[in-house]
Amino acid sequence: MTSLIIAGVVAVMAVVAVAVPFLGAAGNDAAIDGPTAAVARRLALIEQRDYVLGALKDLEFDHRTGKVTDEDYRGLVGPLRRQAAEAIQALDAAMQSPTEE
Amino acid sequence: MADLGRAALVVSFGLSVYALVAGGVAAATGQRRLADSARRALIVCFGSTVVASVVLGAALVRHDFTFTYAAAHTSRDLNWMYSLTAFWGGQEGSLLLWLLVLTGYAAIAVSLNRKLLQDLVVWVVPVIGAIATFFSFMLVAVSSPFGTQQRVVDGAGLVPSLQNPYMVAHPPMLYLGYVGLSIPFAFAAGALLSGHTDERWIIATRRWTLVAWMCLGFGQILGSHWAYEEVGWGGYFAWDPVENAALMPWLAATAFLHSVMIQERKGMLRVWNMVLVALSFGLSVFGTFLTRSGVVNSIHSFAKSSIGGWFLGFVVLTTLFSTALIIWRIPLLKARTKLESPLSREAAFLYNNLFLVAFCLTIFWGEIFPILTQIFQGHQSTIGRPYYDFFLRIFGLPLLLLMGIGPLIAWRRTSTRALVKTLRWPIITAVVSGVLLVFAGAGSSTPGLVAYTFSSFVLATIAVELVRGTRATGSLFELVSRNRRRYGGYIVHASIVLLAVGIAGSSVYQTTRDIALAPGQSVTVNGYTMKYVRLQQTQEISQTDSTLVRKAVLELSGRAHGTMLTGQNLSTQLGPSREVGIHTNWLRAEDFYVIFDSTQGNKVLFQIFVKPLVNLIWLAGFVFLLGSFIAMWPDGREQRRLVARLSLART
Repeated sequence: MTSLIIAGVVAVMAVVAVAVPFLGAAGNDAAIDGPTAAVARRLALIEQRDYVLGALKDLEFDHRTGKVTDEDYRGLVGPLRRQAAEAIQALDAAMQSPTEE
Repeated sequence: MADLGRAALVVSFGLSVYALVAGGVAAATGQRRLADSARRALIVCFGSTVVASVVLGAALVRHDFTFTYAAAHTSRDLNWMYSLTAFWGGQEGSLLLWLLVLTGYAAIAVSLNRKLLQDLVVWVVPVIGAIATFFSFMLVAVSSPFGTQQRVVDGAGLVPSLQNPYMVAHPPMLYLGYVGLSIPFAFAAGALLSGHTDERWIIATRRWTLVAWMCLGFGQILGSHWAYEEVGWGGYFAWDPVENAALMPWLAATAFLHSVMIQERKGMLRVWNMVLVALSFGLSVFGTFLTRSGVVNSIHSFAKSSIGGWFLGFVVLTTLFSTALIIWRIPLLKARTKLESPLSREAAFLYNNLFLVAFCLTIFWGEIFPILTQIFQGHQSTIGRPYYDFFLRIFGLPLLLLMGIGPLIAWRRTSTRALVKTLRWPIITAVVSGVLLVFAGAGSSTPGLVAYTFSSFVLATIAVELVRGTRATGSLFELVSRNRRRYGGYIVHASIVLLAVGIAGSSVYQTTRDIALAPGQSVTVNGYTMKYVRLQQTQEISQTDSTLVRKAVLELSGRAHGTMLTGQNLSTQLGPSREVGIHTNWLRAEDFYVIFDSTQGNKVLFQIFVKPLVNLIWLAGFVFLLGSFIAMWPDGREQRRLVARLSLART
């Protein structure tokens, strides 16, 4: 009998815990906070910028640790810097448009 | 109390179904309240599963034999620790452990990420809800641990081989690994279902993958040590189907942990990473199916049971769901950059992935081959050790080599000149080691010599990396703390080297000898002289069992001194089991290992093994843990980067 009473208490507590969000104020029923299409595009551009900046950082470190020779470094760093500038420009352009949020 | 356990499981089942259905509706329609409610259901589900687990644990520790499960897996003479071990000693208990770990992990994962990844978590909840629904359904309707019976005087007891400290930790560790892979899978599925396949799901789940992978890896080392010490066949890994079942998801997760770095840095391999996450999870469920169903013969598997079909259905459903989801979202998973050179760090990671997955699939084929022959030919043909050993060499040795080359190749592209310059010290170290090893007699086995040489190469690359990195940053501490994942990874690489050296030493360079000795006779093997002194026999009688315990007393001289025991237990209830004698020579990391095989008149037939470097395998386990902890140590920068990206995108 004790077991069944405890089981009943567990079940009631479970129902109450699950029902709590429906007992709050009406304001809690806002839509789920997901990125809009514009925000998602910005996120993609931010990631793209970070890939290129990360690649530049890796190149510097690989050069300092001797994995990239001076000659290779000179050949690689220019295009990467250009890509970084392009990524930053693309992001800046996207930042001018509204996010609809 | 069984009623309470049953009721708690019914509550868990109800909550899981709610998390699945309400969570799915909420995610599809964007209703925040319903989504919050479903998320809470998943958290509360953990609470009710804890209640069920406490009831079962208490029944086992108190030896409450009105519980059928307690009577089947414990006995009065079992101490509390091994009584609790019976929790995962049987099928029903281990299913409950699955659900407990799953809901525990889920409660933490959805709580931690509910704000930053709200749009993903709403989809994660129904995915985990679906997995929890399956397991709670099994526990409620198919294989309940809360069956009751008339109280009996004593229980059947726990199989003697399971009464070992390693068995206390090994199964839960494996479960933490198997089940832990559900979380990255759920987040990956959440990212695909929501259509938000940016990097956030990877950052949110990387540590979960690392935790699961670490537990799975360390759990296997613990299991190997148990097999070595307790099963008594002279080895530690037999390519047994159930051992393979744990190795396959570990290999797939290892591939994922490497390839995910390429996605984070380059935006490449995005489809491949989804495939690897799904494969890791699918293989962990498949492993559970193999262990539970009894479709393959294994010393570890449970007897043939009714749940195999259910699990097979779940594996098929999971595979179909993952495949359909990935195909549906392929347009969102296009690579953002290209592989620039086959001689780059990215390419090395890719080769590593191909070898890991090929090895994993080779093992998979070995696993399903008996099942397929049973279906199509009517008899079960098994694939033996030579098959697995062959592919271990084919894939394992190049992987070992790549572990050394990879860290020394630059990102994007490396010129041959730079590569040769970077690799010169590791190559010199490897060549010198190889020559010295040949002079030391290691040339008797080519794979062994190659494994040792490659191992010295990898250790040299790690040393070179640390020295150059320290020079570049000015401090070793600064170097490691700036990139814990990379340097933790190198420590894990060092553990794999220890493992490789230990495996090669103890397998291809081991000495074996079978000999029957009468009391007073001696034998010398590899400098160890073993004298068989006498046989001790005792009869242990309990209320339900009678066991003949035979122990041979041995005296060691030569390379080691002292006495040791090796024996055999013949239980009327639980059958025969062995107690092996092991003398460890710590200086050589070597074991003198003796099995009591049988008696022939007054003689005892002994199987003797001298296993060089075997203890490096166990040491590797601890080094692996250390490296894993460093790699997974929380890094606030990642979280801050994620927050900064989101706030910038929403500006």
